[in-house]
Amino acid sequence: MANTTLADPGSGLPPAQLAARHGLRMAGQRPSLASYSGQLWRYRHFITAYANAKLAASFSNARLGQLWQVLTPLTNAAVYYLIFGLVLQQSRDMDNFIAYLTAGLFIFNFTQTSVQNGTQAISGNLGLIRALHFPRACLPLAITITQFQQLLGSMIVLLAIVLATGEPITLMWLMLVPAILLQTVFNAGLTMTVARLGAKATDLKQVMPFVLRTWMYGSGVLYSVELFAENLPGWATAIVQFNPMLVYIELARVALLENTPLLNDSLPLTWLVAIGWSVVMGLGGYLYFWRGEQEYGRG
Amino acid sequence: MVDHLAMSNDVTVTLPRIQERIPTVVVDDAHVVYRVHKGGSGSNSPVAALRRLVTRSSAPNVRQVHAVRGVTFTAYRGEAIGLIGTNGSGKSTLLRAIAGLLPVERGAVYTEGQPSLLGVNAALLNDLPGERNVTLGCLAMGMSPAEVQRQLPEIIEFSGINQRGDFASLPMRTYSSGMSARLRFSIAAAKQHDVLLIDEALATGDKQFRKRSEARVRQLRENAGTVFLVSHQLSSVRDTCERTIWLESGLIRMDGPTAEVLKAYEAFTNGK
Repeated sequence: MANTTLADPGSGLPPAQLAARHGLRMAGQRPSLASYSGQLWRYRHFITAYANAKLAASFSNARLGQLWQVLTPLTNAAVYYLIFGLVLQQSRDMDNFIAYLTAGLFIFNFTQTSVQNGTQAISGNLGLIRALHFPRACLPLAITITQFQQLLGSMIVLLAIVLATGEPITLMWLMLVPAILLQTVFNAGLTMTVARLGAKATDLKQVMPFVLRTWMYGSGVLYSVELFAENLPGWATAIVQFNPMLVYIELARVALLENTPLLNDSLPLTWLVAIGWSVVMGLGGYLYFWRGEQEYGRG
Repeated sequence: MVDHLAMSNDVTVTLPRIQERIPTVVVDDAHVVYRVHKGGSGSNSPVAALRRLVTRSSAPNVRQVHAVRGVTFTAYRGEAIGLIGTNGSGKSTLLRAIAGLLPVERGAVYTEGQPSLLGVNAALLNDLPGERNVTLGCLAMGMSPAEVQRQLPEIIEFSGINQRGDFASLPMRTYSSGMSARLRFSIAAAKQHDVLLIDEALATGDKQFRKRSEARVRQLRENAGTVFLVSHQLSSVRDTCERTIWLESGLIRMDGPTAEVLKAYEAFTNGK
């Protein structure tokens, strides 16, 4: 080692200048938004592979395997129909309560499970995060994709129920595609937001079920949305009208069902709110997640 | 860099030109403090927790550990550096600071590219087969799908998990701890890293695998990377590293050629 001091003209420099001269970067610095987005694009194969792997792993211990992708929403719908349709008689003054209920349930469930898994996106993958270096937004995005694939299974069940209950196939069905895509962008943003929150505040996992249940009751999933207008003061109904989940659920119901009760009378306005939410949440969630990038995996 | 040499040494042009060494990791008076939740003990009653929430004070059961107390060194391209020291001397903490996973409280850590930390607890998806984990791990390191397909058989072969039948297609939860450690190392070693940080990862494999992985570490180094190796197995430090840093209570006790440092360290641990 003796000759190394001779060979290295930089050894006399203070460490900070030596580092600067060779273009070394400070460890654990956050990349710029543009380079982060570029990195994320290069990791698109990882995101889809990880999403597929998660989906496969979630059924790997079940005998019926991927059949659960369809069985779970079916059983869910059956339980809620038993209670809200038959016991509580919510179906009294509605044409097709069972289709109304399942549409709301499946659309809401898409966001609900994304958020639930999203709170664990960072804290549940610390091993992976500490071992390998990749843009962390891959994890919440992969969760959104996994849930999207689950939703496709649910949608097959939903369409079968809708047809079986005597609804006609109309051009309006096509509206379901953009509505679900907007919701997916909304979910991605929301999942990234709760992923960052859940990375720091581990108590969030305990609080989340209550938040989500309140949200579900405020989205008119289990009963007619007309109850809001009947029983709430005007200002509260106005707030509920802008609830993103209610908006996405109503779009799905309008698309698939005829004569379904709606809280938002104007369809163009509903679309505007749906687009607004997906842009605000999608972009906002992404920015919020990126700003915490260097902190994930610490602690 | 040749230009620079010519400029600064214009009087002594007759000296043999020695290539300037390129630093890859510069650690400048780094202090690392981390906070640990003591759990259970202390006033952890609901009332106390509520009071903390209201007064916005931090929990009393969080203790600060000053694990690295002012470490300064420079690592160069092509070096393999062993990090030794007794348990709790701050070796792993220092590695995590270099990887950017722990912030430095004071001082700074500069690195070339993004260092990769390879630890024993680097978990992949345990419910999935080894093969699938290799694909995922390689994609997570930024390889393209085509590259992963090409490397896959090599990685499985290197890890040796198929020596006792077709384990690559079984879920990783069925692997022994040694087997999964071997697979993880094989995945990480498949890519050329600027800076590779290895934390006790070679210790779990059997002797045969250790020989292979040591050869791989040497190869990674020759391709102009820098390798850090934390190990309690002095023989593996001796075989792979020519420079060793000895940490004790968060301070550098000795930094120099492996043989010298190990000799002093052995005298220290035996004398205790």
